[in-house]
Amino acid sequence: MTFTPLGDSAVVVALGAGIDEEALRRVRALTALLGGDRPAGICDVVPAYATVTVFYDPGRLAGARPYETVCRYIAERSRNLEAEAKKKPATVARVIEIPVCYGGEHGPDLGLVAEHCGLDAEDVVSKHRGADYLVHAIGFAPGFSYLGGLPAKLHTPRRPTPRVTVPTGSVGIGGAQTGIYPLATPGGWQLIGRTPMALFRPDATEPALLRVGDRVKFRSITAEEFAAWK
Amino acid sequence: MEITVIRSGMLTTVQDLGRTGHRAAGVPLGGAMDPVALRVANLLVGNPEDAAALECTLLGPELVFSADTWVALGGAEFEGLVAWQPRFVHAGERLKLGAARRGCRGYLAVAGGINVPPVLGSRSTYLRGGFGGLQGRALRDDDVVSAANAVRRVHDHWRIDARILPDYSASPTVRVVAGAQRDEFGGALFAAEFKILPQSDRMGIRLGAAKLVRIGGGGELVSSAVAPGTVQVPPDGQPIVLMADAQTLGGYPMAAHVIAVDLPLVAQLRPGDRLRFAEVPLEEAHQLAMQRERVLALLHEGLAQKVR
Repeated sequence: MTFTPLGDSAVVVALGAGIDEEALRRVRALTALLGGDRPAGICDVVPAYATVTVFYDPGRLAGARPYETVCRYIAERSRNLEAEAKKKPATVARVIEIPVCYGGEHGPDLGLVAEHCGLDAEDVVSKHRGADYLVHAIGFAPGFSYLGGLPAKLHTPRRPTPRVTVPTGSVGIGGAQTGIYPLATPGGWQLIGRTPMALFRPDATEPALLRVGDRVKFRSITAEEFAAWK
Repeated sequence: MEITVIRSGMLTTVQDLGRTGHRAAGVPLGGAMDPVALRVANLLVGNPEDAAALECTLLGPELVFSADTWVALGGAEFEGLVAWQPRFVHAGERLKLGAARRGCRGYLAVAGGINVPPVLGSRSTYLRGGFGGLQGRALRDDDVVSAANAVRRVHDHWRIDARILPDYSASPTVRVVAGAQRDEFGGALFAAEFKILPQSDRMGIRLGAAKLVRIGGGGELVSSAVAPGTVQVPPDGQPIVLMADAQTLGGYPMAAHVIAVDLPLVAQLRPGDRLRFAEVPLEEAHQLAMQRERVLALLHEGLAQKVR
């Protein structure tokens, strides 16, 4: 566990080097240990692949040395980190099933992906929905999840020119990653389907449907089921 | 009280100090690009520092107020309204802000604060996400926004001390602390003068005129948190200073981070303006931040006597 400043208002805690489940277990454990009530001046805790970043307000923290104060706070809270991370998940990972209408108008790049991978469109769909995915990070846009676990056979480069607008709920492949666009944003991933499920609701207490550490399964639905979704 | 928008100006949005605590859901901090200007403008009309105000960009709006009120402009200087002092506005009066004469973003605070529904704890407009502020978008002609009815008594004949304000300039030297990959760019970040590119927006101020080359080519980085102020360097070598609406995670090398007290200087730059970077130790950045908080606390106290 190493501490590095991120500017004058955050501390990055590094918990591993790469994208793997071991790093993610420690990231989840530290995020949980830093949850709950926070002292004044600690503003936000942001988990990502192998880091947890703690944001602070130097003007509102007690004491003359804000960086040291925050590092000490993290160190105290994380005394049991290794034990927590090793525990057979006390909280069983949530499995979120996401309905996706593959291909057609909802997945305009399915044919392109199939061609690139040397597969039938149907094979792409069955491989994509057959896999188990893990949420490694939430970012880029509100509620956007970086999912690990895309079968190697489906890895497809991003589009040479990003689309100006990707429709809300689009499911895409970008290199070795797959993910869902929660809001209509510009985007360069290959779109293979679309979910009618809301991944980001700004009016909800917990606005993002997915959390770091969640497991994700995709389920195929028809265009009629998509249209009828409430 | 209603404010009718006759002309919306170039880009006028409702902003406060942003939404904290939702980065884990991918929600940017958002809020005023120049938070100091917003805080001072609010104090000048007797509001809490974090009340919502109108962020005006380069060309200001023309507004009509339905009731007598007080307004104040902070940050950029616009034609039509003297900055940094409260101004009484009569019911039915047209207030027309023209072009910005100095700086880029002005904050028009209205007594009582702009009243739009908070989303995730903030009234700030997040344009890319399409939420917050007035229906998640910039103001348009003929919009009506409301402000609380607030009665204020303002004593005349005083000015705020300009020394407490950020030292705005069209060619500032902006102080930074080192980023995780600073050494991979050698001294180039501090040797060059950068020009502000027109593609700059609330997400990032894009810099041109000099390119930063990563020594040794460097490897791909695993995405982790970034923040307003982070100076990231994409493969094209043109640095971007991330600003209020910056994404929460990033994977580009981070050469430096603009210190909190100097971020307002960057927020006020226009396309074509220039900047240089100078490195300071983290401890100095913190001393400066704490000093600014003390000064603003004093201003708060002082104004409480003059604006009631």
